[in-house]
Amino acid sequence: MQKEDKLIIGGHEFNSRFILGSGKYSLKLIEAAVKDAGAEIITLAVRRANTKEQENILDYIPKNVTLLPNTSGARNAEEAVRIARLARELGCGDFVKVEIMRDSKYLLPDNYETIKATEILAKEGFVVMPYMYPDLNVARDLVNAGAATIMPLASPIGSNKGLATREFIQILVDEIDLPVIVDAGIGRPSQACEAMEMGAAAIMANTALATAGDLPLMAAAFRQAIEAGRKAYLSGLGRVLTRGASASDPLTGFLHD
Amino acid sequence: MVKINGESFDIAGKTLAEYLASTEYNPMRIAVERNGEIVPKAKYGETVLQEDDVIEVVNFVGGG
Repeated sequence: MQKEDKLIIGGHEFNSRFILGSGKYSLKLIEAAVKDAGAEIITLAVRRANTKEQENILDYIPKNVTLLPNTSGARNAEEAVRIARLARELGCGDFVKVEIMRDSKYLLPDNYETIKATEILAKEGFVVMPYMYPDLNVARDLVNAGAATIMPLASPIGSNKGLATREFIQILVDEIDLPVIVDAGIGRPSQACEAMEMGAAAIMANTALATAGDLPLMAAAFRQAIEAGRKAYLSGLGRVLTRGASASDPLTGFLHD
Repeated sequence: MVKINGESFDIAGKTLAEYLASTEYNPMRIAVERNGEIVPKAKYGETVLQEDDVIEVVNFVGGG
């Protein structure tokens, strides 16, 4: 095991490889994610302020957690850039998760507009983390556009269906030098673990925790699964035989000889 | 009229700071856009709202 195994995003170091999406949020979710899952990054959205709502999600998030505003609601690059600038004006740093959707049924990201927004925002000094459909050509364009990570989806947002895009995420891990953070669709710790074994740099989840039976227990399960998958990746997995078997017991000294 | 978050208000001539002081927005938790341009906090006092201005007042909410 390496002594120091940090996740580095845009020059910032993180010990945790779990990112919490706060869409379905409650004080309990945020507490469980930070204490039990070890989250050091939490995403947020930007919306019209409501004068009647006196409580704000920022009141729930510990100060040492890095905020990752997203551009949800954006339907094209221009809207995403506008939301990102407003998020920065809110005064919580330069991180932004670019999220652009034209499709409201499957909530799939628009890769083309995402590349355009990434290029503009990276030039403006943002640490850009684009949410994308796992496509190698798009990932390369995002690297050239100045992305700090790429965030391919595992399956549709909120579906808890797991690694439907496994083979394509593996290609991204193998070919892209930026951290590959698997975002959307991870529903179980075993799926998070598998993604980490494949070489993903981190896992982002919300619904998997928010809809679990026992939140703190599931948060702890995710933490352990992500850590286990990471260690397995760093170790290098054992080999798989194409056929037959390979004895692990001695082949001499049998009692019947 | 001045449009703020989609609602019309008869407040042309007031400054942005005056308008915000008359509301319950938490000034530390909002960002303001006027006709598509961000208004930095330091400029709230000198920003005089004009007839037909479109203002957006935003904050962070839970989101993935």
